[in-house]
Amino acid sequence: MKELSLNILDVAENSVKAGATLTQILLTQKDQVLTIEIVDDGCGMSEDVVRSVTDPFYTTRTTRKVGMGIPLLKLACEQTDGHLTIESTTQEADPINHGTHVTATFNMDHIDFTPLGDVCASVLTLIQGHPDTDFLFRHKKSGCDVKLDTRELREVLEDVPLNSYDVMEWIGEYLREQYEAES
Amino acid sequence: MKVQDLLAHGFGAVTLPDGDREIDGAYVGDLLSWVMGRAQMDNAWITIMSNVNVIAVASLADTSCVILAEGVTMSEDLIQTAQAKEINVLTSEEPIFETAVKLAGLIS
Repeated sequence: MKELSLNILDVAENSVKAGATLTQILLTQKDQVLTIEIVDDGCGMSEDVVRSVTDPFYTTRTTRKVGMGIPLLKLACEQTDGHLTIESTTQEADPINHGTHVTATFNMDHIDFTPLGDVCASVLTLIQGHPDTDFLFRHKKSGCDVKLDTRELREVLEDVPLNSYDVMEWIGEYLREQYEAES
Repeated sequence: MKVQDLLAHGFGAVTLPDGDREIDGAYVGDLLSWVMGRAQMDNAWITIMSNVNVIAVASLADTSCVILAEGVTMSEDLIQTAQAKEINVLTSEEPIFETAVKLAGLIS
């Protein structure tokens, strides 16, 4: 993908599909290393399935179509000498603490580093499409710590849906302000 | 023109599990997600990328063959995957542009 923000969107959509009530998108930039973490409390994946999502051709016995989302994200980090790890716990294995944790690291000074792109747009797209699930977005880099937690918004908004026009507009502005104020 | 006919014109075979396949047009690109949405069925796809995702994209886009330009090669396990997935893979020693120009002369 031309921008990592599209990969983030893709992986976070998988989290929502896995039934997550909270999906965390955590970005940390330090010493030219970018770490992207997508953490959810969805149904989790077995070891076999974890293998199937990183290899585009791994098929389990019940034939399922595997997307290119994770293979392409893996390629994007490996092109910068970074790496991708996936840890997952299924709901059967642990009824309380289940979910998936995807971690991708990138060396930003590598010539093949894919630009991060518009992460705010990705976050807005997620909220727009899934107003009833929660997202925690955090982007930490030098002199900047951007944060958005839809659980906090929900408390204030009560019955107003998160994807109503005014709320979406406000969230976009709120994120932009945080980037501008601190950069 | 069939994929295997390219062998008579300076292209090398990496693996041709379906050499009888007809080539209809071509696509050039290295950004796999881009190629996935744009390469047309039966296109010959010219790229310098060589990893398992290339075979997956060729399979999804249903291209007639992958042509690795610039003398790029594939590892033995990738060749086996390509064979198993019936993806034709060829090589060209020439850079991408020259490879595309040569192919254009052959298939037009």
